[in-house]
Amino acid sequence: MTPNPYFFIVIFIGVALIFPVIPLGLAWLWRRFFQPPKPGAEKNATYECGVESLGDAQIQFRSQYYLYAIIFLIFDVEAIFLVPFAVAFTGLPVGAFIAILVFLLLLLEGLVWAWGKGCLTWAR
Amino acid sequence: MSDIDEGLRGELQRQGIWVTSMQELYNWGRKNSIWPLQFGLACCAIEMIATAASRYDIARFGGEVFRPSPRQADLMIVAGTVTKKMAPQIVRLYNQMPDPKYVISMGACAISGGPFKQGYNVLKGIDRYIPVDVYIPGCPPRPEALLHAFMELQRKIDEQKLSGSNKAEHLRPDQPSEFPVPAFGAHDLEPAANADLFRPPEIQR
Repeated sequence: MTPNPYFFIVIFIGVALIFPVIPLGLAWLWRRFFQPPKPGAEKNATYECGVESLGDAQIQFRSQYYLYAIIFLIFDVEAIFLVPFAVAFTGLPVGAFIAILVFLLLLLEGLVWAWGKGCLTWAR
Repeated sequence: MSDIDEGLRGELQRQGIWVTSMQELYNWGRKNSIWPLQFGLACCAIEMIATAASRYDIARFGGEVFRPSPRQADLMIVAGTVTKKMAPQIVRLYNQMPDPKYVISMGACAISGGPFKQGYNVLKGIDRYIPVDVYIPGCPPRPEALLHAFMELQRKIDEQKLSGSNKAEHLRPDQPSEFPVPAFGAHDLEPAANADLFRPPEIQR
């Protein structure tokens, strides 16, 4: 009789449950019988490298930062796509070549736009 | 949890039976995995870094993982001059470490203010605000001295009791786990020392 081919997933889930539950249970027993918990306002405070935390973490960024997002796309994300493209260049079918060319043109258009807008000159 | 008779233990060991107690097992595990807080203040920190690097290799004693967060650290090595500007942050970091926690006061400055003791801006010893387990003299102490302090701390942990009236501080509910953070006053930190903690010896003249 062959076991169900998915039986190993059941074993996997079992191990994945038992593995963290045993140390957590031991820690709970340890806390219950030996080490009393000592929480405190200072101890439970947000860790901010030793400085008291100021304000809220859920802040909004200024929308003017969209320029950085666009330029990041052009120079960084494009490079990630260009490297595999260059490696596979000689073996590419025509369709894939055109697809990547469209992608490059779209980003090139963004570069031209950013250049024209003056984003690439140093602000004085 | 009575102590095992040493003779009986030796006799059993010769027969291939190892006897231990919960306390020994607990202390053995703890003393061999002391994770220090990654945190340096001045030139002593350079020696601390050298101790962590391959030549002196604090990993041999179980202290290899310098943790960037106090939540994961057991040991605070106060390595360097504690300025009064920095003292509240150090106390706050100490407070944020989980129990059990230990402090090594490394170098003359962290012990007493060292060569800057007369300075208006230097704290005259971190033991004014947090309890220190091991003091290392030196300016700065060599990495061997830090390793020695580490071994002394291990010895201290090994002797901590799990039960009874003199059990370890982190196991006693009445012992505090965090200490008041000093505030910047008009001229000095306020208070200038934690009176419950800092009791310098009276000088008899």
